[in-house]
Amino acid sequence: MTVTVAWYMIFAAVLFSMGAAGVLLRRNALVMFMSIELMLNSVNLTFIAAGSELGLIEGQVAALFVMVVAAAEVTVGLAILVAVFRRLSTANVDDLSDLRG
Amino acid sequence: MTEVILFGLFAAVALAGAVVMLTARNPVYSAMGLLIVMFSMALFYVLLDAHFVAAVQLLVYAGAVMTLFLFVIMMIGVDKREDNAETIPFQRVITFVVAGGLAAVIILAGRQAWVTGSDAFGTPDLVGTIETVADSLFGTWTIAFLSTVFLLTIAALGTIALALFGPTAVRETEPEDGA
Repeated sequence: MTVTVAWYMIFAAVLFSMGAAGVLLRRNALVMFMSIELMLNSVNLTFIAAGSELGLIEGQVAALFVMVVAAAEVTVGLAILVAVFRRLSTANVDDLSDLRG
Repeated sequence: MTEVILFGLFAAVALAGAVVMLTARNPVYSAMGLLIVMFSMALFYVLLDAHFVAAVQLLVYAGAVMTLFLFVIMMIGVDKREDNAETIPFQRVITFVVAGGLAAVIILAGRQAWVTGSDAFGTPDLVGTIETVADSLFGTWTIAFLSTVFLLTIAALGTIALALFGPTAVRETEPEDGA
């Protein structure tokens, strides 16, 4: 019995769904960000598993690009979160539902 | 056989970490759960012979991104526990149905291609060393690589702008913060 690419794909699908559940379920904006990171990571795993299966280096290059975009997203997102927290003293998205500044 | 054992072990560890991340009420525990998932991911990359990406995963995610998360958690306050009361009726049930349906759809949609597999039309037994990754990254994908450089620069500038031009609101609320 060997580990096939299907194992990685199913595992990544489960992790992606857990990340989606986290975004839907949690109301702390930080934990929602972590859930998004979880989803990005599971997609990275599918890229690398498919690249390994097909013998293409592009899978790993795509994963590197996803990491760069994720790093940029986290930087800006956490800066927005800190700015919101300094103004409203909360990280709970339910308290941020009104569009007044 | 070693690969199967390692995959099973670290798949279980990663799923446990994800469950901790989802259920912990303290954001620090959530961050630790995500950290476990990141480490397991790095091990999967090693199993798939993507050695360079595994190293980058550890440096960027487990190092930089998680440190940034923990820094913001400490800044915002770790004592603020989230109450788990549902504000939307049946939120949890709906979430589980939607997430479970999503997983089922992804697995069913991809099942055919995953199980039958396709012939490796690239290099068989590809190993992702720095050399092979760099050949592709700086050869075929130079323009995309340069775009990510611009993206990171713009993101850094945006963060600095948020920090510099945000304080007008801070000064208004400063007496409250100091109390």
